[in-house]
Amino acid sequence: MANLAAVVGIGQTKYQTRRGDVSIAGLLREAAVKALEDAGLGFDDIDAVIIGKAPDMFEGVVMPEIYLTDALGANGKPMLRVHTAGSVGGSTALVAASHVQSGTFKRVLTVTFEKQSESNAMWALSSPHPFSPHLNAGAGGYFAPIIREYMRRSGAPYDVGIKVATKDRLHGARNPLAHLQLPDITMAKVEESPMLWDPIRFLESCPSSDGACAMVIADASLVSESPKPPAWIRGVAMRSEPTMYAGREEVSPQAGRDCAADVYAQAGITNPRKDFDCAEVYVPFSWYEPMWLENLGFAEEGKGWKLTMEGATSLDENGDIPWNCSGGVLSSNPIGASGMIRFAEAARQVRGDAGAHQVEGARTALGHAYGGGAQFFAMWVVSADKG
Amino acid sequence: MKDIAIVSFAQSDCVRNAGAKNEVELIMPVIKSALGAAGLSTAQDVDFTCSGSCDYQQGAAFAFVLGVDALGAVPPIKESHVEMDAAWALYEAILKIRMGHADSALVYGFGKSSPGELPTVLSQQLDPYYLAPLWVDTVSLAAMQARMMLDQGVMEEADMAAVVARSRRNALANNPHAQLKGEVAVEQLLAEETWVSPLRKHDCCPVSDGASAMVLCTVEKAREWGKPYAVISGIDHRIETHNLGARDLTRSVSTEQAAAVAGVSDGAIEVAEIYAPYSHQEIILTRALGLGSETVVNPSGGVLAGNLMMASGLSRIGEVAQRIINGDIKRGLAHATSGPCLQHNLVTVLEAA
Repeated sequence: MANLAAVVGIGQTKYQTRRGDVSIAGLLREAAVKALEDAGLGFDDIDAVIIGKAPDMFEGVVMPEIYLTDALGANGKPMLRVHTAGSVGGSTALVAASHVQSGTFKRVLTVTFEKQSESNAMWALSSPHPFSPHLNAGAGGYFAPIIREYMRRSGAPYDVGIKVATKDRLHGARNPLAHLQLPDITMAKVEESPMLWDPIRFLESCPSSDGACAMVIADASLVSESPKPPAWIRGVAMRSEPTMYAGREEVSPQAGRDCAADVYAQAGITNPRKDFDCAEVYVPFSWYEPMWLENLGFAEEGKGWKLTMEGATSLDENGDIPWNCSGGVLSSNPIGASGMIRFAEAARQVRGDAGAHQVEGARTALGHAYGGGAQFFAMWVVSADKG
Repeated sequence: MKDIAIVSFAQSDCVRNAGAKNEVELIMPVIKSALGAAGLSTAQDVDFTCSGSCDYQQGAAFAFVLGVDALGAVPPIKESHVEMDAAWALYEAILKIRMGHADSALVYGFGKSSPGELPTVLSQQLDPYYLAPLWVDTVSLAAMQARMMLDQGVMEEADMAAVVARSRRNALANNPHAQLKGEVAVEQLLAEETWVSPLRKHDCCPVSDGASAMVLCTVEKAREWGKPYAVISGIDHRIETHNLGARDLTRSVSTEQAAAVAGVSDGAIEVAEIYAPYSHQEIILTRALGLGSETVVNPSGGVLAGNLMMASGLSRIGEVAQRIINGDIKRGLAHATSGPCLQHNLVTVLEAA
């Protein structure tokens, strides 16, 4: 049985196109110091440091924990670097939690980041693998055909993605840390934006951001040493499946369904739409909201888009299950941190510390991340209640 | 905390160039072999899988994604990855077992270093603003460390050559997977020219392609499977400052710290497998680990006999575990390292049941 652990501190940088004023190390340290301040702690209170980011080729720093040791106060401590594709921010949170849940450590610092202004993600994702089919499209080109298949199967109207893109930017306008600040966005403006990878328009895509997100995770016995309410970690799960295999369900991957079932069982979630107060779900392209609503069991197969169109996932429309109140990946995307931001924002909600994008009275929330060809999944359930 | 057992280990031959073999083809034989020795057939038969690799070796992002193709991950599996030596993947798997979310795990590491110039590639581990643009390669940094040791009189060049001679001899006697092996005299080695002074070519580990894999589980599960096993009685890792000027390069403080936490000195160490990519680093590490003449160091030849970058750390642990599983020894330690001049070190103590 896992030891009980909780998030006791969260720190994020402001997400923006370019943070030219800080180095990569400076960016991480900014988030780490904020998380420690939030937890009322210093570097000396930390037993181990766990970092995560997307491929090293983005910034061109090989195995960056080696360079980041000093900036994160890790000298003389264990330091681990997780890498599981786009889900890495979530996976890193889970690996960090396991340091405490295993009883091995009492309090750990975890930080994820991407400094996209010092990198070229499209290039790094498109470098040829020997003996493998060459993908020269980046993520949008990869996911567009899968989205089209969802539209065909579900019969969803063409503007569901447009609605998601608008809704998440309106959420983002409530979050001062969000990269895109588009309080005046309308569905008409999204629809008018250029088509990038049909059916994904420019404004239906995530931005490229610089940023870092950090959390302090503590054993139950030390939670009271931090001043703010904790977010208890009630369930943790990861799943992986291959990128391609005969008969693979790419619209609603089995790995996502299995991961959700696992984490729900741990946290006692039987009806996700009712049992969660909100969710932070990895939606880098607009149409992934209805697709994940179904994959995660918030809606029946083929009906996810109806929740979106009814406003059920919108804070501004008083929806019953707001998704991505922080603005989500569509508003900020420092790739390696994006998953952890979902996990951290879920924790902020149940700590009652989400500012203008707080869901009133939120007790239980889902954090979700996915990566690769929608084949790697990481999820956690956090709650104001110990359980 | 639960006692954790290693039940099987497999490693490929260390070869200078695996040619047209891709990562999946490097991984599959060792996974099949490690699973088979544990009486299992696919990754479906364990509760968790974790791997270690580095994209920069092959020169394309997401090496580990292709690795998943070697696992038979249909239906989906619980799987994770560290961009580190697979010894740290083992560490992640141990945490997963300790927290009760898995009773068994498959761990593997792989590296295909042949497509690039490994020492130069690894120069990009350095601070990206002040050091990496200088392209200081790992051999040059290690040479600086060796020079400091010679200058301080903590070793002589003959001590370095003795490490190499023993590595070659042990590899010849005990290690069918070794890339470099043979009988060579210290005098012969010292007669060779220096490469990056004071290092001679033979003071540096070779560049190798290959993979290794391991199956671990709770002691209860190992008994249920009816397999002999080695118990992990202690494991810890520590990192040091990246600022080489702020470290005493003739010592390895992080190894000393990890050894203390892992409990190295709680009993006699019969065998130590040490990840020392350069001959002088074995001297630093045996001192940091507090090893004396009663310990057989690197019976496999260590990484001077073949260095599967990203798998070598796991292989050190596997080498010791296999000796315990075979009943040859009762207690040993394994060491893994990462970063320039031994910046990050992991120590594992293994014991017979």
